[in-house]
Amino acid sequence: MSTAIKDTQKMIEEVLDAYPDKSKKDRAKHLAANDPSGQCSTCQVKSNVKSRPGVMTVRGCAYAGAKGVVWGPVKDQITVSHGPIGCGQYSWWSRRNYYNGQTGIDTFGTMHITTDFQEKNIVYGGDKGLDAALHELKELFPLAKGIGILSECPVGLIGDDIEAVSKRVAKEFKYPIVPVRCEGFRGVSQSLGHHIANDTIKDYVLGKGQLDTSTPYDVALIGDYNIGGDAWASRKILEEMGLRVISQYTGDATLNEIAIATKAKLNLIHCYRSMNYICRHMEEEYGIPWMEFNFFGPTKTYDSIRKIAAKFDEKIQKNAEDVIAKYKPMMDAVVEQYRSKLEGKKVMLYVGGLRPRHTIGAYEDLGMEVVASGYEFGHNDDYKRTYPELKEGAVIMDDATLYELEEFTRRLKPDMVGSGIKEKYSYHKLGVPFRQMHSWDYSGPYHGFDGFPVFARDMDMTVNSPTWDLIRRKKA
Amino acid sequence: MIKIKDHNELFNQPDYQAQFERKKEFERPWPAEKVKEISDWTKTEAYKELNFKRENIKINPAKACQPLGAVFCASGFDGSMPFVQGAQGCVAYFRSHLSRHFKEPFAAISTSMTEDAAVFGGLNNMIEGMENTYTLYKPKMIAVSTTCMAEVIGDDLNAYIKTAREKGAIPEDLPVPFAHTPSFVGSHIVGYDNMLRGILKALSEGKRGEPNGKVNIIPGFDTYTGNYHEIKRLMTLMGIEFTLLADVSDTFDSPNTGEYKLYPGGTPLPDAMDAVNAIGTIALQKYSTVKTMDFIQKEWGQKALTLSPIGIKNTDAFFAELSKLTGKPVPAAIEEERGRVVDAMVDSHPYVHGKRFALVGDPDQLLGMMSLIMEMGGEPVHIVCTNGDKHFEAEANELLASSPFGVNGKVYAGKDMWHLRSLLFTEPVDILIGNSYAKFLTRDTGTPLIRIGFPLFDRHHLHRYPIIGYQGALNLITMLVNTILDELDRSTIDTTSFDVIR
Repeated sequence: MSTAIKDTQKMIEEVLDAYPDKSKKDRAKHLAANDPSGQCSTCQVKSNVKSRPGVMTVRGCAYAGAKGVVWGPVKDQITVSHGPIGCGQYSWWSRRNYYNGQTGIDTFGTMHITTDFQEKNIVYGGDKGLDAALHELKELFPLAKGIGILSECPVGLIGDDIEAVSKRVAKEFKYPIVPVRCEGFRGVSQSLGHHIANDTIKDYVLGKGQLDTSTPYDVALIGDYNIGGDAWASRKILEEMGLRVISQYTGDATLNEIAIATKAKLNLIHCYRSMNYICRHMEEEYGIPWMEFNFFGPTKTYDSIRKIAAKFDEKIQKNAEDVIAKYKPMMDAVVEQYRSKLEGKKVMLYVGGLRPRHTIGAYEDLGMEVVASGYEFGHNDDYKRTYPELKEGAVIMDDATLYELEEFTRRLKPDMVGSGIKEKYSYHKLGVPFRQMHSWDYSGPYHGFDGFPVFARDMDMTVNSPTWDLIRRKKA
Repeated sequence: MIKIKDHNELFNQPDYQAQFERKKEFERPWPAEKVKEISDWTKTEAYKELNFKRENIKINPAKACQPLGAVFCASGFDGSMPFVQGAQGCVAYFRSHLSRHFKEPFAAISTSMTEDAAVFGGLNNMIEGMENTYTLYKPKMIAVSTTCMAEVIGDDLNAYIKTAREKGAIPEDLPVPFAHTPSFVGSHIVGYDNMLRGILKALSEGKRGEPNGKVNIIPGFDTYTGNYHEIKRLMTLMGIEFTLLADVSDTFDSPNTGEYKLYPGGTPLPDAMDAVNAIGTIALQKYSTVKTMDFIQKEWGQKALTLSPIGIKNTDAFFAELSKLTGKPVPAAIEEERGRVVDAMVDSHPYVHGKRFALVGDPDQLLGMMSLIMEMGGEPVHIVCTNGDKHFEAEANELLASSPFGVNGKVYAGKDMWHLRSLLFTEPVDILIGNSYAKFLTRDTGTPLIRIGFPLFDRHHLHRYPIIGYQGALNLITMLVNTILDELDRSTIDTTSFDVIR
């Protein structure tokens, strides 16, 4: 075992010392020193299991996964937050899944629509009210193409049959009414919500769309939620390669796009964690191959473009080289502009589905090094894909707590941290440069050739802002 | 230097616009004419009628759920950790929501209940949660509230906390107040009320002693940190000793010293324990303190007054009653402050007089804003209060009836911002007052928005400026009149009326 690994393991043990015995034993399995070779048996973390009560996990719930990630962005259907008022309120218009359309008329993505459960719904059930609510929505929003019913905790606890209501009303309305059993107590994190939502796509929408023509170059762009326009930036590259993107899952998507993905020749998946399920299903049922790719930072983007092109004919392969040749000078100029200011800076990441591994290359393009990374709701297959991307001895964190994040920051002294809104302001207090890596801190896009310059600019302004120097630190 | 274009510019470029057109082949959108037809129809009287007929669905409502108010309140005591029994996603949402408004860290604990707890109850989650919280985060108090999951399955907080103590998860003497806060009853303001009553009940037990001569001030679900600093300044000017219950000002507005403090301030626990011995309690909001004030009156036997000092007349009443309660005169400095603010209002009144306003928000803030607007000759027209009850409705109607400027006003308790959208089309107003979400109404109807309320996500630092007292009135009328003037500039920019002196 190398010194780097040993040193990190020692540091982890020190951090764990503060926990009560039971939680210490549990948390020890979720923190590890990285071994890119995969040889070290103690260097792998346990994941996708329950958070300990009371430790202040960063995780959300199944509803958050189903609404915030998979179904929420589908723009021409109405998302009903079915249950009490809060869940829909706190997840309203906050994930920046950009879309084109007239909100409230033909698209509904940034609206908060809820059955607003009262005590009587808990006592007598919510099915009758739901039925009536669906009818009211149909009258008020005649251009909606479907309705998704996202269950909040009480719905599953009181034994409502939203499937029966959905089936009945869908027949009447002649469009999909999709019951999503994403009650927040199910599973251990957002992740189960992704899975449940994927299953409902399969059961209620997939294969039921209309596509008039077909080409050998039809692909679906899966697992891109168009945060700050990410999917549009990725789509631009794919189109320039000569591919026809028939479907976006699910950023800026319509129900028809979701339905016609079965006609793709290849499914391209960016966020593996949240949408591998539907890709596997389409592979098994429709024989559609799928591949993962990474459009963060030029190095990974060139690599991904070539790998995607390799699945097609020479024409596409030539286009791919042309696209790379077209954008390379621009990417080189961006690196030239920022690298000297960011060279050698250390980054700590703690994010969600794909970013803990997918953004590493983009940081490296700028000369930065990721010294710690972790997932809120990753599974074993995510970590397997992450170990080789990080240096030996980097800290791997699964379902980290507020306490751990603070301790690792103190010890690793990163030059910047990328995590979420709940973490952002404690880092501001610490005077540690911070960037939200879920919402791009209201910036973006970060994907593709149009995204990388924005990413580079943002990391520079984060690390090198003069404002940090104004903080008058208390003498220790 | 490379010119970097982010989303604000990038997607307006021709290449992306062409991409969006191409994408329509797969989207299969409605024809543009159809979209326009429906869009126009939503602006009609007929659509409004349909919209107001609905009873089973809320569309863009302006309210949150009980536990949000509970954790907000719980964080206002020194060393207090908000602790929520239930599913973990809720706490993640509360923390995000509060951080987005205040731009501050917010710590709160969840007991992370899952399927097994749904079957067997959440006792084990409570015990382990207490032990972990106490060991890792070393609180002086753990304030427990509930999510709807714990409420639906019927977790008994009192019994669970007792068991947690017996099992040694927390020390015998650690204060652990609790409140049941079902999200299917009331809203965030009720959760605040329930939690505060729970905390005061727990902390005051057995603490009755000699009168301490102090006045308790309860701000209510007040998300303006500036208000907390302002009330402290005013009480000091009055020469009155006081205790703020709960003081969230440091929690949500702490100085940057290069260190992160989990517990940056709040009402000291000894002060909160001693609150039972005060000469009286004044609540600065009514609808977020109903049960707490009832408790104080009945259980503590204190004089309990509700005086919401938003606007001149309300602030006058606040000082008059405060003076009566304490026997202290209102000092000249405050009287001068009043004079200066009234002078400012006299100067600005021509721009506000006769302007029509739509307002949406929490009950107490709405009442205060209506009062202030009418004091300057403005007219509250649509008053939408999603979490307003029949008491609010009656009080708001009474307020409208008290002024000739209230004659066009109508109160919509329990309605939401989609209702307001209809109203803004069928009966347009000049100015809209609401939280950040109300900006969709500006987009759809063109009505300029003044951001007052909660949450304020898309403008920075507004909550740092007080809206209570005379100084608060000055801040509010500055926003009011300058928004009206900005609008005037915008609408006259190509005309001779584009004046340099207003």
